[in-house]
Amino acid sequence: MFEEIGTTTEGDLIINVGPQHPATHGVLHLVITLNGETIKKVEPHLGYIHRSIEKMCESLTYRQFIYVTSRMDYLSAHINNHACAMCVEKGMQIEVPERAQVIRVIMDELTRIASHELWWGAMAMDIGAFTPFFHAFREREKINEIMEETCGARLTMNYYVPGGLMADLHPDFQKKVKEFIVLFKRKIDEYDELVTGNIIFINRMKGVGFLSKEDAISYGCSGPAARGSGVNSDIRKLYPYAVYDKVQFDEVLETGCDSLARYMIRIREMKQSIRIIEQLIDNIPEGDFQAKTKAVLKLPKGEFYTRVETARGELGVYIVSEGGTTPYRIKFRSPGFSNLSALDHMARGSKLGDLVAMMGTLDLVIPDIDR
Amino acid sequence: MLLTSAFLIPCSLFKLQKMWSLTDISSAIHNWLNQTFNPTWALIIEMVIAGIAVIGLFAVLGLVLVLMERRVAAWMQIRLGPNRVGPFGLMQSMADTLKLLVKEGMTPDGADKFLFNLAPFIAMMVAMLLMAPIAFAKGFQLWDMNIGVLYISAVSSIMVISILMAGWASNNKYSLMGAMRSGAQIVSYELSAGLSILTIVVLTGSLNITDIINAQADGWWVFKGHIPVIISFVIFIIAVTAETNRAPFDLAEAESELTAGFHTEYSGMKFALFFLAEYINVFIVCAIGATLFLGGWMPFHIGHWEAFNHAMDYIPSSVWFFGKTFFLIFVIMWFRWTFPRLRIDQLLNLEWKYLLPISMFNLLLATAVAILGWHF
Amino acid sequence: MFIVKYIKDVFGGLKSLLIGMRRTGYYFTHHKEIITEQYPDNRDTLVLADRFKGEVVMPHDENNEHRCTGCTACELACPNATLKVVTKFDITPEGKKKKAIDKLVYHLELCTMCNLCIVACPSDAIVMAQTFEHSVFNRADLTKILNNPGSKIMDGVE
Repeated sequence: MFEEIGTTTEGDLIINVGPQHPATHGVLHLVITLNGETIKKVEPHLGYIHRSIEKMCESLTYRQFIYVTSRMDYLSAHINNHACAMCVEKGMQIEVPERAQVIRVIMDELTRIASHELWWGAMAMDIGAFTPFFHAFREREKINEIMEETCGARLTMNYYVPGGLMADLHPDFQKKVKEFIVLFKRKIDEYDELVTGNIIFINRMKGVGFLSKEDAISYGCSGPAARGSGVNSDIRKLYPYAVYDKVQFDEVLETGCDSLARYMIRIREMKQSIRIIEQLIDNIPEGDFQAKTKAVLKLPKGEFYTRVETARGELGVYIVSEGGTTPYRIKFRSPGFSNLSALDHMARGSKLGDLVAMMGTLDLVIPDIDR
Repeated sequence: MLLTSAFLIPCSLFKLQKMWSLTDISSAIHNWLNQTFNPTWALIIEMVIAGIAVIGLFAVLGLVLVLMERRVAAWMQIRLGPNRVGPFGLMQSMADTLKLLVKEGMTPDGADKFLFNLAPFIAMMVAMLLMAPIAFAKGFQLWDMNIGVLYISAVSSIMVISILMAGWASNNKYSLMGAMRSGAQIVSYELSAGLSILTIVVLTGSLNITDIINAQADGWWVFKGHIPVIISFVIFIIAVTAETNRAPFDLAEAESELTAGFHTEYSGMKFALFFLAEYINVFIVCAIGATLFLGGWMPFHIGHWEAFNHAMDYIPSSVWFFGKTFFLIFVIMWFRWTFPRLRIDQLLNLEWKYLLPISMFNLLLATAVAILGWHF
Repeated sequence: MFIVKYIKDVFGGLKSLLIGMRRTGYYFTHHKEIITEQYPDNRDTLVLADRFKGEVVMPHDENNEHRCTGCTACELACPNATLKVVTKFDITPEGKKKKAIDKLVYHLELCTMCNLCIVACPSDAIVMAQTFEHSVFNRADLTKILNNPGSKIMDGVE
């Protein structure tokens, strides 16, 4: 009888979560071996949204390839672009004006908040609460409006160019951001009322998806997934770029090693981002928003690597140049890929319902994993 | 105790002036039928009318509850809700039903076709059977049987069979898991639901729905029963939310884990029947809750405030009943759009480690209250 | 004390649930913050940000003159081969041959609104328009010619 419903000879139940499944938020395909409700093995299958972005970038010039990287981790598009622009600037030895640096940091932090907002709503939806999703979108909409006004788009902005920014700030930018800060500080307490304090939520999260500090390091986890296990991995602190060394903020660390710790990391990170924006928004220096660059950018022969902290973890950009106008080889080290690799280790022995909580707190963006 | 006498139950206990009463209508029809036809035919015609009335009520409730759920969800989620079809979107659920009716009802190749097609009808039939002992208004009840409460808890547990049947026959692993979860869930939560109903039975001393309602003439049980009844009311609401497979206990259809659980493979009208059965079940359990704890169609009375009590009596009894029922439905919807879903082991923990011990202890307490006559 | 902890757990759990219900109950009764856009109905009053990147257009003045010299800077800047400059040779009154554009072909279906062509244009001949309703029934309709028929270059633009 059991052979008929597609089980293996050992009596295991194999189910597919994805590539089209409400839990995966994309086209991730997980093959899960179950024993009753208990997970024995999780096998992620990738390749459903592979667009060969790295290969595409090899045929684009150093000005052109930046916009493609918005399509990798589309929730932190600005931060991806920042990494690429920084790598080109490093190769060309362009000095980016102070004003552009400060604006870049503000934009990055706004993007981080927007990304965490979406994560918060989507994760709450994964574990069954639908309302937080819409509440999160209400605040995210405000950030999108700010982005739309200054950058001209809401998700794939392409605002950073090698040497600075594409355009100067919109005159209303500072006013709108200040309004947003006031609003957001009020709303983040509502998040705690609705989700964080909820007894069902805490029980769903506590002790679920345990990832020890050693395992987090050996799987190469970064970002909130690693900091939830107590690993100091914030690139903004370890290898400060732009003006992160001039602002006051704390690297958020939790030692719970479980889903609740990773959840709390992101909630606290949003507050830290607000703190960074508050320090910078009134202190945007006057000056050029873009350094003078040559019309055609040619990186000298060599290898260049930069890394930034996206909303999901460490993003590395590695460019090999042969001295031409296009990269010879480009490689992205995306945070989601390494974080996903820890999923199997975390999930073994837990219940099927826990899997969505783990995937939720790893904050997987599939186009980032599968470029 | 058959359907005949059923149609009208003269409520001799309370001779209250009513602005309009459903009793008058039903007894008028009954008298007219008995004068025109011989008693056998009158009985058959009455049965047909009752059947049509139940099906009609089903359709109306389905439409109203779906619209209500969408509106409640929308407002809690700072959205507007359906507002395109008809005035204020009132025709939205009509349009949805029409769409589901014209959709093809697929039967998967590997499915057990007989059971697959039978399951939604069983779900509907259970919901219809549960309609029988509910008193919708004063003297308006299909079947006033002497074991009404027992009948309800017995019949409502048949619901699990339709879900298990659907899950097994679909030949789909998500469906099977959903059905198995649902089986464990409903069987467990029957216990605490039953025990909390027993609290009222102990206090009233009767299983008859009419007796239970009449016992609440001088105050609803939830007010005059002290703490035991309040505790059992809370447990009842939690348990019936689980029994009807609604969030936060919607593990049988846990969307993010099992896509749609036991009805993953259903489409068209067969899906609609499951969908409808869920809402009808919600209505029925809320109606039972309103009957047992909030006095059914009994108006709200306060001690010796004669003028106030008299004013309350002028509100028709059906309004009281539906008002209380819809309030409980709203509370259950409120749960759904606020809470995250439980995990299967937590769900069973909640029942066996919290609700069941508490309700057992509570039943003891209620018995003491009933024996010592501490309630009002 | 096991039993005290048990009772505390029950009440603490119930309290946390009630706090959540109070929040949703607040939004159920207060509709001030509803942010839904009634989209096709508010089309007339919809205001988009003036930098919104909807579509590349070429502004013409009242004399049907544009500013495009046909330098192909936009074509080179575009990552997706969205723009294609077709040039021709005009005869100036002095009898000299002068390069000018015949057509500036724009493939909307390829465009990612990255704004690189606008930045690259030395004479500000093309700008981003704030349109966003681009759906058409025929894919050929998405290939547009940006310069108006019979238009010519503005005086003084080199």
